[in-house]
Amino acid sequence: MAKVHISTTVNGQPMDVLVEPNDSLLDTLRDGLGLTGTKEGCATGDCGACSVMLDGRLVCSCLVLGAEAEGKTIDTIEGVADGDGLHVIQQKFLEHAALQCGICTPGFIVAAKALLEKNPNPDETTIRYWLAGNLCRCTGYDKIVRAVQDAADELASPA
Amino acid sequence: MAEAVDLKAIGTRPVRPDGVEKVTGRANFGADLNLPGMLHGKILRSPHAHARIKSVDLSEALAVDGVLAAVAGEDIPGGGDLGDNVLAKEKVLYHGHAVAAVAARSAFIAEQALEKIKVEYEPLNPVLSIDDAIADGATLVNESLHTNGDTSQPASNIAAITKFERGDVEKGLSDADVVVEGTYRVPTAHQGYIEPHACTATINEEGKATVWCCTQGQFDVRSMTANCLNKQVSDIRVIPSEIGGGFGGKTTIYLEPIAVKLSELSGRPVKMVMSREEVFRATGPTSATLCRVKVGAKSDGTITAATAWLAYEAGAFAGAPVGPGCMSVLAPYDLENFRIEGHDVLVNKPKVAAYRAPGAPQSMHAMECALDELARKLDMDPLDLRLKNAADEGTVAPYGPQFPAIGLRACLEAAKAHPNYTTPPAEGQGRGVAVGFWFNIGMQSSAEIRIAENGAVTIMEGSPDIGGSRASMCLMAAETLGIPYENINAHVGDTEATGYCNTTGGSRTTFATGMAVIEACEDIIAQCKERAALTWELDVDQVDWEDGQAVPKPGVNADVKPLSLADIARSAGRTGGPLLGRASLNAQGPGASFSVNWTDVDVDHETGKVDVKAFTAVQDAGRAIHPSYVEGQMQGGAVQGLGWALNEEYIYDADGVMENAGFLDYRVPVTSDMPMIDTQIVEVPNPSHPYGVRGVGETPIVAPLAATSNAVRDALGFRINDLPLSPPRVLAAIDEND
Amino acid sequence: MGDYAYAAPASVDSTIELLSSSADSGTRTQVLAGGTDVLVQMRSNDRGPRLIVDIKQLAETNVLTIGEDEIYIGAAIASAILNENAELKSRLPGLVESADLIGSTQIQGRATIGGNLCNSSPAGDTIPALIANSAVCHIVGSDGERNVPVEDFVTGVGTNCMAPHEFLLGLRVPAPKGNTGDAYLRFIPRTEMDIAVAGAGVRLTLDDSGTCTAARVGIGAVAPTPLLVPEAADALVGTQVDAAALDAAAAACSAAASPITDKRGTVEYRIKVVGVLCKRAGEIARDRAKAS
Repeated sequence: MAKVHISTTVNGQPMDVLVEPNDSLLDTLRDGLGLTGTKEGCATGDCGACSVMLDGRLVCSCLVLGAEAEGKTIDTIEGVADGDGLHVIQQKFLEHAALQCGICTPGFIVAAKALLEKNPNPDETTIRYWLAGNLCRCTGYDKIVRAVQDAADELASPA
Repeated sequence: MAEAVDLKAIGTRPVRPDGVEKVTGRANFGADLNLPGMLHGKILRSPHAHARIKSVDLSEALAVDGVLAAVAGEDIPGGGDLGDNVLAKEKVLYHGHAVAAVAARSAFIAEQALEKIKVEYEPLNPVLSIDDAIADGATLVNESLHTNGDTSQPASNIAAITKFERGDVEKGLSDADVVVEGTYRVPTAHQGYIEPHACTATINEEGKATVWCCTQGQFDVRSMTANCLNKQVSDIRVIPSEIGGGFGGKTTIYLEPIAVKLSELSGRPVKMVMSREEVFRATGPTSATLCRVKVGAKSDGTITAATAWLAYEAGAFAGAPVGPGCMSVLAPYDLENFRIEGHDVLVNKPKVAAYRAPGAPQSMHAMECALDELARKLDMDPLDLRLKNAADEGTVAPYGPQFPAIGLRACLEAAKAHPNYTTPPAEGQGRGVAVGFWFNIGMQSSAEIRIAENGAVTIMEGSPDIGGSRASMCLMAAETLGIPYENINAHVGDTEATGYCNTTGGSRTTFATGMAVIEACEDIIAQCKERAALTWELDVDQVDWEDGQAVPKPGVNADVKPLSLADIARSAGRTGGPLLGRASLNAQGPGASFSVNWTDVDVDHETGKVDVKAFTAVQDAGRAIHPSYVEGQMQGGAVQGLGWALNEEYIYDADGVMENAGFLDYRVPVTSDMPMIDTQIVEVPNPSHPYGVRGVGETPIVAPLAATSNAVRDALGFRINDLPLSPPRVLAAIDEND
Repeated sequence: MGDYAYAAPASVDSTIELLSSSADSGTRTQVLAGGTDVLVQMRSNDRGPRLIVDIKQLAETNVLTIGEDEIYIGAAIASAILNENAELKSRLPGLVESADLIGSTQIQGRATIGGNLCNSSPAGDTIPALIANSAVCHIVGSDGERNVPVEDFVTGVGTNCMAPHEFLLGLRVPAPKGNTGDAYLRFIPRTEMDIAVAGAGVRLTLDDSGTCTAARVGIGAVAPTPLLVPEAADALVGTQVDAAALDAAAAACSAAASPITDKRGTVEYRIKVVGVLCKRAGEIARDRAKAS
C-alpha cells in the first residue's frame, strides 16, 4: 500500500509521519509516533480509552484515520501535564483515588479537561453525560465524578 | 493486634506510588511494548460452535509476502485442557475457538493471511444450554468426560457434582411455617476489563523465552506457558506489564504459548493483541447458571432448612466455579439443615474463567431473592430476617470451617442504622436488600525490602497491582517500619526479579502479600537493631525500634543518639553490608468478608427500563489499609453487579454464535447510568493478619444482583426471577401481570 | 486483492470525477464524512480494501445556513457543531437532539447527520427526525444535482438511492414557521452509547387555538428502513394533540412497525415502545409549538 505522508502538530510539536491509508489516528499515535499513553480498548468508539483532542475537539482517535490528521492539531494525554507539573485534573484523580487499574485514565483525563475548558462549572449530570463515552470497569465512576467536580472547584478558585 | 487508634499510616489516604505514571500516560500496559524487528501475530478462529477439525493447511498463508511463521494445534503439544483451549486440536468447541495463527510484518498482513489458511471442518450439533446439556441423549461436548471421573458410568456433559449437606432437610422443611422456592437464571457475563489481552514474546537460540504480558499472575503465566509448550518454567521469564483490569479474567492464558512458538519459528519478537471482539468471543467470561432454591422458616423468621440445586455452565472444558457457588450460597447463615448440590456442566461456549467472587453472585442471587420472598411472607424487615439467622463467630460454615470473628452482624446492624436505610425510598421507587459474601484466600507470597543509602525503602513483590495494592504495601511497610509513607516505593517484579507469588486473585494480595511485606519489614527492623547494637557496642536485646529509629531500651545506660533507618543505611557498609529484608510464606487464615447492599430503583412501566436511583454498600474490610481503595473496590464491584443485573448478557444465536461481541451491545454501565455509590466500611479485624486485613475485592459484586432483583420486585409488586432485568424482559413481565 | 487508498479532494467537481472514474474502473470507493460508522465497519465486518474519499475538505459540505425558508446543513458538519449553534437549536430542537443522541461526546465531535443518513441503518437516529421535518437530500453526481425526500432516500438495510458517482452534499430542511415544534425520542437500554431499539420523530404546527394544522411523524428501528407514518400524522391533525390524539398516533406508529427480534429488542417490545415514543415526542413537540 502506498503510505501517506502527514504533517501534523502533536502536543505543540510539528511532526511528520508516514501512515497506511487504513491506519487509525490511534495507530499513528501509538505505533508511528510512540505515544502509547493513548490506549486502545475497543477500536470501535465504544470505550473512550483513545480520547484525544483534534483541532480542539474531543474525539476517539480510533475513529479518525491517521491520514485525516494532515494539517491538524492533536493533543494527547502526554501533553496534559505542562512543564510545571501535573494538571489539576491529574492531581485530583490521584487525590480521589479515581483510578484503579489506570487503563481508562488517560482517556478520562483528556475528556474531563475538554469538559472543563468548555464548561468550567458542570453539575453532576453534565459530568456524567459528558463522560458517558469513557468506560471504566474498576471504579464504578463515583470517584471519577468527584475528582472532576473537585478539579472544577479548584480551577474556579485556585487554592 | 494493633488497635486502630494506634495506627499512624494505615487508614490514611495518600497518593499511590504508581499514580503519576498512570495519569500522564507513561505507564506501560500490555500492548505498549514495541521491540526492534517485531512481528504481529493474529489468530484464526472457529466459525463453528462445535465441529471436528479434519485438516488445517497453513501453506498458502505462509506464502503471503510478509508472513514469517504460522502455527496450528500440534504446535501447542502440552497443557491438557488449557493447551487445547489455546489452540484447538481434534475439535473446535466454541465459536471463536483458536485454530491457527500467523506472524507477519504488520497486523494487517497477518489478518489477510489468516484468510489463506484452509481448515476443513465436520460440523457437529452445538450444545448451548444447561437444559440441553443435561437432557437424555444430549450431544457430548467431550466424548471421554465422565461425571466425577467415574468411567463406570456413561460419558456425560456433567463434569462434576459437588454436595454439601447437614441435618435433616425434610424434617426442617416440615417444621417450617412458611416455605418459599424458586428457579433463577443468571446469564453469562464478562469481566469487561478495558484492556484487551496482549503479550510480546521473544525466544533466543538457547531456547530461553521472555514474555511481556498483562496478567494477574506472572508466575502462573510462566508455568502455564511452559506446560503448553512442554518446556521447563526456568526456560521462560515473564515480565508483567501494568494491567488494565482483570477481575479474574487475566488469571489464565490465551496468547502466550502461541507468541513464543511464533517467535521460535520466525526468529523475531512477536506481539499479539486481542481485538475487543476476540476478548468477548474467546476469553473466559463467567458461567450462566440455573439455580433452584427452597427455604423454610418458622413464623419468627428462624430458618429451619434450605436447599440449593445449582447448575453452572463451564463452557467447553470442565471447571465452572460451581464449587465456590455451593460454598457461598448459604454461608451467611447459621443453619441446622441444608442440602447443596452443584453441577459443572459443559456447553459449546468459551471456557469460563474467574470473575470476581467466581460463582457466588449467581447462587447467592437465587438464595437472597428467596429470602426476600420469605421476609415478605413473614412480614419481616429483610435485614431483621438476616439478623435472625446470621452466622457469627463460632458458626460452622456450610462448607466446613468454623468462622473466627466475622463482620456480618456488624454490617447488618450498620445497615439498619444507616440514614440511607432508615429513610424510605422515594414515592414510586422500589428498594431491595441483599447480603454478599466471599471467603477470600491466602496462599504463597514473597517480598523483599531493600534500603537505599539514604534510607529510602523499596518493596519488591510479585503481585500485579490491579487497583492500588502498591499503595497498600507501602502503607503497611510505613506502619511496620515507623517511617513516612513517602519514603517507600513498591515494585511488582518479574519472575526472575522477585520471589514466587501466587496470582493476584481471591482478594489475597493485601492480605497475603501484605503479610509478607510486614514480615520482611520486621526482618529489616531486626537487622537494624543488630547494626545499632554493633555501632553502640550493646547487646541486640538492649535495642528497641521506635518510630522508625533504633533506640536503647529503657533502662539501658548508653549515651547515644537514636539511629534512623537513613543513619543505619548510610553506614551499612561498615556494619555488615546492605540492608535487605525478606519474607516468604503461605498465608493462613484469610478472613471471610461479608457485605450488605441496598438499592432504590425506578421502573418505567411503559418501556420496562430500570433506573438505579441510589445504592449503598456496607462491607467488613477487617481493616481498611487505604480506605479510598477499599471504597473503590466496593463501588466498582457494585457497578459491575448492577450491570449484570440490568443489561449485561451473552446473546447467542441458534448456532452458538455470540451476537453482541462488543461494548456497543454488551452493555456495561456507563457514567450516566449510575448514581453515586455510597459506602460504609465496617472493621471487624481478621485475627489472622497483623493489622486485621480481610480481602475486600470480590465480595462487592455478590449482593448487587439480588439487591436489584429485590428492588424491582418491590417497585413492580411481582417478581422477575431471571436476569438481566433488561427492558424487554421487564416490559413483557409487566404486560403479563396486567 | 487491492489496496487501501485515501483521497481528500479539494472541490466538488474533482470529488465527482474521482468517484466516477473509480466506479468506471471497478475500484471500490467509500465516501468518508465523520467516519464514526466507516471506521467501525473497516475494523469489523467489512475489512476489504477501498479508496476512501474524504469530503470534509469541501467548502460546500461545511455550509450551515439558517434562512427564512430553508435551513441547510452541509454533509460534513459534526453533531457537536450543530449542538453548539444556539439558533439552530431553538429552531429545530428535535433534529439537533436526534444528532446529539448519536454516541458519546467523542462521537459527537465527528459524526454528521449526512453520514448518519448515508449509513442508512434502520436505526439511524437522525433519520426519523429528518423525515418528520420534511428534509430533502441534496445529492450531486456526474449527472448534476438532485433533491430526494429523506423518506425516499434509504432503500433497505444499509442501502440508499445514490449511484456510485454521487454523494450527499447537504440536507435542506424547511424552516419552521408559525407555532411549530419538533421532537425526537429514542429508546435505549442504557442512558447513552446504545443503538436505538426504537425511535420516533414528530413535527407539528398549531394554530392560535392550539389545533394541529400540520404534522409529520417518522419512526426508526422498527422496519428495514426508517418510515414516514402518515396515519400517525392524520391522527394529530385537527386535534388539540391531547392524550386521545396522541394515543391514536401511537397506535398508528405501532401498526406501521414491522420490526425484527434481535439482540436489541423483540418484535413485541419494539411495536409497543415505538408507540410510547411517538406519544412522548408528540407531547414535547406540541409544547414546543405552543412556546414558539
